[in-house]
Amino acid sequence: MIDEILKTHEVIIGLEVHAQLKTKTKLMSAAKNVYGAAPNSSVSTPCTGMPGALPTLNREAVDMAVQMALALGCEVQPVSIFSRKHYFYPDLPKGYQISQFDRPYALGGSVSFYQKDEKKTVRLQRIHLEEDAGKNLHFDDRGISLVDLNRSSVPLIEIVSEPDLRSAADAASYLKALRLVLRYLDICEGNLEEGNFRCDANVSIRKRGETKLNTRVELKNINSFRNLEKAIVYEIERQFEAYSNGETIVQETRLWDAEKNKSQSMRSKEEAADYRYFPEPDLLPLRLSSSHLDVIRSKLPELPLARMERFMRDYARSAYDADVLTASTALADYFEFVAKQINDTTLASNFIQTNVLAKIQDVEKDFSNFYPDAKALAELLAKVKDKTLSLNMAKEVFEEMMLSKASATQIIKDKNLAQVSDEGALRTALQKVLDANPVQLAEYRSGKDKLFGFFMGQAQKALQGKADPVSLKALLERMLKGE
Amino acid sequence: MGRLSELKENLLAKKLSCVEATQSFLAAIEKLNPKLNAYLEVFTERALERAKKLDTNGPSGRLWGVPLGIKDMISIQGEELNASSKILKGYIAPRSATVTERLAKEGAIFLGRTNCDEFAMGSSNENTPYGVVANPYDHSRTAGGSSGGSAACVRANMAVGSLGTDTGGSIRLPAAFCGLVGLKPTYGRVSRSGVIAFASSLDQVGPFADDALDCAEILQAIAGNDARDATTMPVPVADYVGACQRGQLKGLKIGLPKEYFLPNGMSPEIEKTTQTTIDLLKKEGAELVEITLPHTKYGIAVYYLVATAEAASNLSRYDGIRYGARAKTFASMKDLIVKTRSEGFGTEVKRRIMLGTFALSSGYYDAFYAKAQFVRSKMQAEFLEAFKKVDLIFAPVSPSTAFKIGEKMNDPLQMYLSDIYTVCVNLAGMPGASFPIGHDSAGLPIGAQFIGSPFSEAKILGAVAAYERAAPLTRKVLG
Repeated sequence: MIDEILKTHEVIIGLEVHAQLKTKTKLMSAAKNVYGAAPNSSVSTPCTGMPGALPTLNREAVDMAVQMALALGCEVQPVSIFSRKHYFYPDLPKGYQISQFDRPYALGGSVSFYQKDEKKTVRLQRIHLEEDAGKNLHFDDRGISLVDLNRSSVPLIEIVSEPDLRSAADAASYLKALRLVLRYLDICEGNLEEGNFRCDANVSIRKRGETKLNTRVELKNINSFRNLEKAIVYEIERQFEAYSNGETIVQETRLWDAEKNKSQSMRSKEEAADYRYFPEPDLLPLRLSSSHLDVIRSKLPELPLARMERFMRDYARSAYDADVLTASTALADYFEFVAKQINDTTLASNFIQTNVLAKIQDVEKDFSNFYPDAKALAELLAKVKDKTLSLNMAKEVFEEMMLSKASATQIIKDKNLAQVSDEGALRTALQKVLDANPVQLAEYRSGKDKLFGFFMGQAQKALQGKADPVSLKALLERMLKGE
Repeated sequence: MGRLSELKENLLAKKLSCVEATQSFLAAIEKLNPKLNAYLEVFTERALERAKKLDTNGPSGRLWGVPLGIKDMISIQGEELNASSKILKGYIAPRSATVTERLAKEGAIFLGRTNCDEFAMGSSNENTPYGVVANPYDHSRTAGGSSGGSAACVRANMAVGSLGTDTGGSIRLPAAFCGLVGLKPTYGRVSRSGVIAFASSLDQVGPFADDALDCAEILQAIAGNDARDATTMPVPVADYVGACQRGQLKGLKIGLPKEYFLPNGMSPEIEKTTQTTIDLLKKEGAELVEITLPHTKYGIAVYYLVATAEAASNLSRYDGIRYGARAKTFASMKDLIVKTRSEGFGTEVKRRIMLGTFALSSGYYDAFYAKAQFVRSKMQAEFLEAFKKVDLIFAPVSPSTAFKIGEKMNDPLQMYLSDIYTVCVNLAGMPGASFPIGHDSAGLPIGAQFIGSPFSEAKILGAVAAYERAAPLTRKVLG
């Protein structure tokens, strides 16, 4: 159905993404910023809304937020303002959230990503800095609700895109690209399931050719990339059906239900809270000097898209390969070290993609403990390059390295695995094979070419599979001809 | 010499011990507090225990053994803190405010927490579920508000000094009504950390005491930058005590803003006494010049928009979830919050929450809050301009002396107008001290104020001290 709709309709999507920053302490209090601690064990007076407690801004959070803004090419504002956003909820201890409203710290900027081989760019509206709320825990069986304030005042940046996305797949790719930047900067875990990375989608559709925007609907409670796509597709179909039936779409917020695979209305615009924003009087305006921005800018790492494009350019990788190999800084570093060490990009890329990545669950974390590490893998692949090992043997050695944590050289020595490419040894072995099979030799020499395979097989068998196949084949050809 | 300085001398001279001093004040409290209701709670045992410890350890700090009253808006670790509200009943402060921490470090003893208007909202200390504070001069009259208890306890010798908070005049008005010196420091001079917020951009903590020097002793201890309050300023703390000793009126250029001296702007008796004071200032060698602060007329309107808006926001945290009182029965999370707040807040607090909520509502923000802030910035500029021409500004504190309990309770607008001479100082963030200049025919004290440029507390206190030397006030013994 979606494909039919897209023939006649255009989809307009904008995303609002919340990313928790990995600071040591919270945004507005000195309590530690930790995940998974015992309820209410990481709190202090400001983040529990104690009477008289005042917020104090965490500079580490500001610097991380600035890193993201600079990475995405935003205009970082010399002066921005924190505001109070009011609503009553038990997990919001002050009755307001300290956020940025009409004067966020970053405006503009963009995010680019590859969808297959096509490079796409989405403009950003703004990024602002704010504090997270706590969590309500409901125990329906006991008829009670409890509040955990460990998350209260954990720093968040909210990244708001322009409505530039035109498909569910693009929305997911954009979100992945954002996450990758956050991870390259090492400022956010980027885990949708754990909620340290959250995404709301604003979706509307219009007939192709129309220029005015129709009423948009906000989708919340999206906890995976797959669900983002499913929720958007569901919403496109829902809106299309409504318009087809002559109904209107009302501006509302809908919650995605991943189990039922559908969304339901949470509140309409009329029911939306009046947040009564006003400038936070307990904090001074946030001032960011250009010299401070320069310091942060000078420390930015190479960003994922730049690295991907460099891999495409300098290592002659396809967009697909480069994308895979830059999925994390650790992986990209791993690849780049090996490729440079063995001076063979293709071998490094192929071996890593087929063998190493098969063993890696989490490209972010697993490399730190992974063996063979880059140096060990380079040593292994060097043995392929110098023909000590065939590719198949290298795979075996790789498995053995993982098990024994030994070096390739050690394993080759211990297991006597070195490929035989010394001509004298090969010649001796081949001569034995020829001598042992005079009938077949005569047949071959009288024109039965396909017996070549037979000789190869016999020779490898005699050499226990350790012969370098290329050298062996060349020598066999010559010896069969009687040279 | 004020009683604080006198006691300090006597303690250091070992004429009496910290325990003896504390005991004498506790005895006064026992005798007088039932009549005046200045203290909501007296820390009898803790105060004596601390006095004993101070005696044992010997003199240390500028307020060693000095007994003070602390307004029930300011946290003292381990003590209950109510803001004179039912909604905070049972709440124990988990840590001290910066100001009480600093006072304790200087050796002060806290006798108890003093009564005030609920969340400091009021001008007469009548908006409290814990009973009105009586004026020590005349028990049928108010002590002024909101820091009524902090004023009454000092005036009735139930402490030698106290801390109040001033959002729109809450120190200066009760100081005037009770014949004391009360100082509202520059916004950002004294930390608000641990002080219950009424209106964050206006609130300041300040001292009450007999005279300028006694106030200086307290301010010296509490002033200064604080990492826990982002709005404090890294301006060096001046020598307030020295300024009182050196202060003189000769050569001071003092501005008289004409907007504070309009016809019928104050009672004839206050007008007369104020004029006498002006004459004395001249006689002492000060140069008095008329100045103009044209935006003064918007003071009350701007104040009640800004203060209520911030108050509505600040009081959002009192929801019954984490501390304080909670509604006994409720049907849902929302119901719990609604019922707790309906039951816990008093009438005036509710009125201000509603006013403030309205002022911040979408569609009204620009017309009310944003415009009020704009006018406020004009006021501030006006003051700063004036201080290019004059050293200090002299002005009345209140249109009347202490009024009768109940007199204005049915007319909130009349009550709000009590603040007409004090609110602009808060809106502009300037420091101001109220000091006694005489009495009316009923024997009630009359106050006036010196207003200074930002961080000119030393200059203000010096001028008040010089005035005190030029016109020594004879106070009748009260209590």
